[in-house]
Amino acid sequence: MRAIHDIHGGIHPPERKALSQPGKLASLGLPPRLVIPLRQHLGVPAVPVVTPGDTVLGGQLLAEANGVMSVPVHAPTSGTVRAIEFRPIAHASGLEDVCIEIETDGLDQWVALTGTPHWQECEPGALAERVRDAGIAGMGGAGFPTAVKLTPGPKRPIELLLINGTECEPYITADDTLMQCFADQLIEGAAILAHILGAGAILIGIEDNKPEAIARVQAAVTKASASIEVASFPTKYPSGGEKQVIEILTGQQVPSGGIPADIGIVCLNPGTAVAVREAIVDGKPLTHRIVTLTGEALSQPCNTLACLGTPIGYLLQSTGWTSEAQQRVIHGGPMMGFAVSNLAAPITKITNCLLAPTEAELPLPEEPKPCIRCGHCAEACPASLLPQQLYWYARAKDQEQLAEHRLFDCIECGACAYVCPSQIPLVQYYRAAKGQIRDSEQERARSDNSRARFEAREKRVAEEAAAREEKRAARKAAAQQQADNGGVDPVQAAIARAKTKKAQQDAPQ
Amino acid sequence: MSLLRVTSPHASGLKKVSEVMRDVLLATVPGILVMTWFFGPGTLINLILGGAVALAVEYGVMALRGRDPRVAISDLSVLVTATLLCIALPPYAPWWLIVIGVLTAVLLGKQVFGGLGYNPFNPAMVGYVVLLISFPVQMSSWAVPRELGAVPGIAEALQRVFLPGSIDALTGATPLDLLRQNTGLLFDDLMKTRPELSGWAGVGWFEVNLAFLAGGLWLLYRRVFTWHAPIAMLATLALCALMGFDGGSSQSGGSALFHLFSGASMFAAFFIITDPVSSAVSNRGRLIFGALIGLLVYLIRVLGNYPDAVAFAVLILNFCAPFIDHYTQPTVYGTRKQTP
Repeated sequence: MRAIHDIHGGIHPPERKALSQPGKLASLGLPPRLVIPLRQHLGVPAVPVVTPGDTVLGGQLLAEANGVMSVPVHAPTSGTVRAIEFRPIAHASGLEDVCIEIETDGLDQWVALTGTPHWQECEPGALAERVRDAGIAGMGGAGFPTAVKLTPGPKRPIELLLINGTECEPYITADDTLMQCFADQLIEGAAILAHILGAGAILIGIEDNKPEAIARVQAAVTKASASIEVASFPTKYPSGGEKQVIEILTGQQVPSGGIPADIGIVCLNPGTAVAVREAIVDGKPLTHRIVTLTGEALSQPCNTLACLGTPIGYLLQSTGWTSEAQQRVIHGGPMMGFAVSNLAAPITKITNCLLAPTEAELPLPEEPKPCIRCGHCAEACPASLLPQQLYWYARAKDQEQLAEHRLFDCIECGACAYVCPSQIPLVQYYRAAKGQIRDSEQERARSDNSRARFEAREKRVAEEAAAREEKRAARKAAAQQQADNGGVDPVQAAIARAKTKKAQQDAPQ
Repeated sequence: MSLLRVTSPHASGLKKVSEVMRDVLLATVPGILVMTWFFGPGTLINLILGGAVALAVEYGVMALRGRDPRVAISDLSVLVTATLLCIALPPYAPWWLIVIGVLTAVLLGKQVFGGLGYNPFNPAMVGYVVLLISFPVQMSSWAVPRELGAVPGIAEALQRVFLPGSIDALTGATPLDLLRQNTGLLFDDLMKTRPELSGWAGVGWFEVNLAFLAGGLWLLYRRVFTWHAPIAMLATLALCALMGFDGGSSQSGGSALFHLFSGASMFAAFFIITDPVSSAVSNRGRLIFGALIGLLVYLIRVLGNYPDAVAFAVLILNFCAPFIDHYTQPTVYGTRKQTP
């Protein structure tokens, strides 16, 4: 039995998971148009290889990766490419990004897929390439290119593959449903990942509020006789954060500023593991994902296997959405999700949940009161920070103190704002402060660069001036020398001597 | 239908400042009742007068500052300040003493710095110290407890408060007063001979402290504050008393039990030093904060000029709180030294 540790702080918000009926997948049909962003991952956007007017089949490459920190994008179903232009995307900023719009034809015809059922005989490097070609990015929410995560390099040997089935945020049940419905695929995916990483141990961590998922996964492990450990641990938010789940299950902490690979661990979402299995064994690229649609504004909340690129408005309408006059639609969970500003924005590889709450269900925050320095925030913080001090220093824009209090170790989980009796939006202050610090660091880099160039130029100009000065001084010294010789220019004297000598030589003739 | 742009988190624990303040007020009730039993209705008159003045002043100041005064009143923080100050003031003190004290506490202790959450010092203690230094006579005449004299009725109490000087009132020394003035008797003898000192820590005072201890433990249960500051203060006070108690000679400082249950020890531990705005930020810092207050309380009680030392000790440590904060930051995740 594995020893389970505890993280500092944490909160227990009402779970509200039963609302979306985990373990069942509803079918919501195919939308008439799909909008597929070129960047659904952390890194550089993909580059389109199709043009408007092309007919595409399901699984066909739409945009290829552009460098290492980039992930390709594939067509989720057959149809015609209508446009490649800026469209609203699901992002906290509400900005637009380049997307490929496809008009679906409803036939769902696919390209021929070639898989590698005997992956055990393949080289890890080749398998990692296939993972990249399949367009797989981390499906837990950050969208880190999985192929990059699977190749941490020779300096970081990996001992443990951790599949993070925690799903600690209230309302979200996408991973729970995946683990119940696709447990066998999850086990094989985990084995493939461990083979690529060369990891000796595989651990699947699941919070104890998902007993069916734990049972199904354990049964799948037993059936496959796989050497995978399934560990359950007490429910607490935010146990599912990568750093937190590692501390809970191994007792180790990821060094500040480092990654889990530094301590020999790679942590992946169960959806990513299943996608990897599909990519390797079936040759199928990442084109669908399970999304939880929940909240009391929906009359039929459910989980569904949705096409990437499905507009958010289509999914909400399909689940019986009755909107209020002022409605929030949250992409993600109630603790870390952001509000969607345009319903035409599509779901992407990182969309695990769409939450449409009523005002009564999740009351809007009141006007914040002054901070009374009660310290409940510090008790709740899983990173053992002092949110109170970060708040005061963020207001004062005191960047040195923010750095000393380790602002960038904040994982923006929202536990501090949840417990604050003054209802201060603490996380927003930290996000703004981080942005300001990044901005001023860029400014500083630019001005350092300018200063370096200016100083180099000054040096060069000074050197040229000095060289000219030297030459002038040399000429002046030569003139002085001539004056010292009684006004006789030595060169002229030598020429005169040569002439007289020549004249003497010519004369006797 | 419009889509709201709001920032995460979208869920809240829905705790409110007014609930925290209300819990603190409720926790003072047992202590107030016991004080009223032993010393008469003087404390209640203090509280009503002080509370009314505090609410009026806060309303007025917030209106002057251009803020919504009803919002400021609704968080109940000024009521807490007034309550704590009025409990500390002697019962049957003249009405002008209460008024000046509350005005000082609210204006000089809190509003001048920016209102709720901005005061570096405990406002009730600021008011108390200003009164103690300005009006030492009125501040050191405490009422006589029930066992030793008649407790005044309401009419006499009101007369003493609003028409001071019209009645010759009976006042007595507190147990801490007696301890400080004692030069000849052994501690045990002192406890036996002086009628005010019968019992563990003085008539009435022991029970009052017990009642405040009960209120404080309830606040701990309600998680209004953590155990670090109160336990550190009481433990340090007891430890110092134990070390200074040389067997009970006439020069000794009083036993640990005496110090813990006399004067304002329990009241201070659970209601004064736990004021979150003016104390240290982290739990480690609160341990040091509480311990140093306990130490200072003992030292000033035994070696200083004032019988009870809580107000001064708290104000000195309020000065020190930012310094303590600087050196007691918790170990952030990922920064502890890894064992290779």
